[in-house]
Amino acid sequence: MHPAFSVIFLTTLIGAAQGLFLALFTAQSYAAFKLLPQPDAHAFYGQGSFLALVLLVAGLVASFFHLGRPERAWRSATMWRTSWLSREVIVLPAFMGIVFLYGLAHWLDWHPVLMTLPSGMPVDPTAMLGVAGTLLAFALFVCTAMIYACLKFLREWHSPLTVANYILLGGASGFTLAAAFASMTAPELVSFLAGWAAIITLLGLVSRSASLYRNARLKPKSTLQTAIGIKHPMIVQKTQGFMGGSFNTREFFHGQPVAVLRGVKWFFIVAVFPVPLLLLLSAVQDSTAMLVVAFIVQYAGLLAERWFFFAQANHPQNLYYQAIA
Amino acid sequence: MTQLALVIDLNVCVGCQACVTSCKEWNTAGSAGPMVDQNPYGADPTGTFFNRVQTFEVGEFPSTETVHFPKSCLHCEDPPCVPVCPTGASYKRKEDGIVLVDYDKCIGCKYCSWACPYGARELDEQQKVMKKCTLCVDRIYDTSMAEADRKPSCVKACPTSARLFGDIHDPDSAVSIAIRESGGYPLMPEWGTHPANHYLPRRKTRIKIHEDELERADNPLKVDRQLPKPAMSEPTLDDVTTW
Repeated sequence: MHPAFSVIFLTTLIGAAQGLFLALFTAQSYAAFKLLPQPDAHAFYGQGSFLALVLLVAGLVASFFHLGRPERAWRSATMWRTSWLSREVIVLPAFMGIVFLYGLAHWLDWHPVLMTLPSGMPVDPTAMLGVAGTLLAFALFVCTAMIYACLKFLREWHSPLTVANYILLGGASGFTLAAAFASMTAPELVSFLAGWAAIITLLGLVSRSASLYRNARLKPKSTLQTAIGIKHPMIVQKTQGFMGGSFNTREFFHGQPVAVLRGVKWFFIVAVFPVPLLLLLSAVQDSTAMLVVAFIVQYAGLLAERWFFFAQANHPQNLYYQAIA
Repeated sequence: MTQLALVIDLNVCVGCQACVTSCKEWNTAGSAGPMVDQNPYGADPTGTFFNRVQTFEVGEFPSTETVHFPKSCLHCEDPPCVPVCPTGASYKRKEDGIVLVDYDKCIGCKYCSWACPYGARELDEQQKVMKKCTLCVDRIYDTSMAEADRKPSCVKACPTSARLFGDIHDPDSAVSIAIRESGGYPLMPEWGTHPANHYLPRRKTRIKIHEDELERADNPLKVDRQLPKPAMSEPTLDDVTTW
């Protein structure tokens, strides 16, 4: 497939935002159970949610560049019964709304006790919004990943590993960002968040390696023989039906030599996993620069990872365009 | 239920591209149009087409066969492009099984083209909406046309009658008979899309001439012998004449 930068930015930016929100609410939940010191809610949760919101808006803006007719984008919420893309279009703004309200409640220090848990723990609006946001963050990960994973003949994508990768890689970048952000606003949480970022990055390494391993060993189900229905083993394409290009030759081919593909793969393998891991594990409480670098390197790696994700998918329609394939 | 479809006879197609040009001519002026042509006289012309004819060479030299392969939307009975559409612009008509795009609803997200294993859909670079074969839906029901003309433009244009059009759910239709009796097959059956369009395979065309067909052995009067033509055993005109 031809990697579209609009979609690469959309998926990586909202992935980081979802991970950041999950990190914020994880920290809040731990603090509520007195497992972590209570940070400055106003700064850490409030501004952190604002940061997540900025990433989500940036992702949403990027997604519009993918559309031929962006002025009709509102129509895309209609087919949620069948289309994962439509579901994403609904869940994304809903998640943005919850993140906004969650941040606002923390920003305004609005903590009226709505109810009390049997253990005597008070529940305030931020806890309710946090739970709703967590559910929506996971729903959004699933929707985004299923857009690709549900296409059964794009076999590189048609796997539960795609969903696992979107959740873990988005979560890893979000927790890394949360650690970097905490080093500026809530230094007492840095080691907790950096630790989780490292764990999720490691899990991401496992699932992404598994999908790389799987995809390298895929046997194509469709062949030129099934594509045109002629069983002879020797078939050579002589014409494609046109001499210039067409949508079919532009949209489904990345157009890069194998060396570029391999280079991008090794760049993301290094930039998403070992480098941020080292930076996260060596970061101490006041090493803001190190954590910011960890996030920037990991995010750049994820851009490459997403580019590779698209480029690696080999669409069966390419069988009809052998001169390019 | 009706499922309109094309049946394309690869044994007959000569790759003349008449279906390609007539399709473009009809549809660029019809409800699906205009179909953009970009850089038409330049070095790298491109544009929107609903139908393409490709050519494949099968076998190893010298025993090769040239197969011309027309390719358009197959109007799948279980179209994977339809459920993925977020706006409902892609739909399959219940009454005749034609898969269509509502150009006023399409947002040009290209997701349906990813979901089609056949590459049958093309984004129109001018209108920025997804386009594909409509089976000439604006033609086949047009009662102002003569009955014989109410067929897709490509079918009308084909000089060798390689393209048949009809209802594959009607067992007595010409297309159903062709599929049944001439080995019609769908493309990429492995994906379970159940394409409505079928292809008829290449066949070896050999004529075995039996002697009695020449001699008319069944003619008891041997009338043939009295024709100006000499008997089989006699010298031919070429042997005895110097012209």
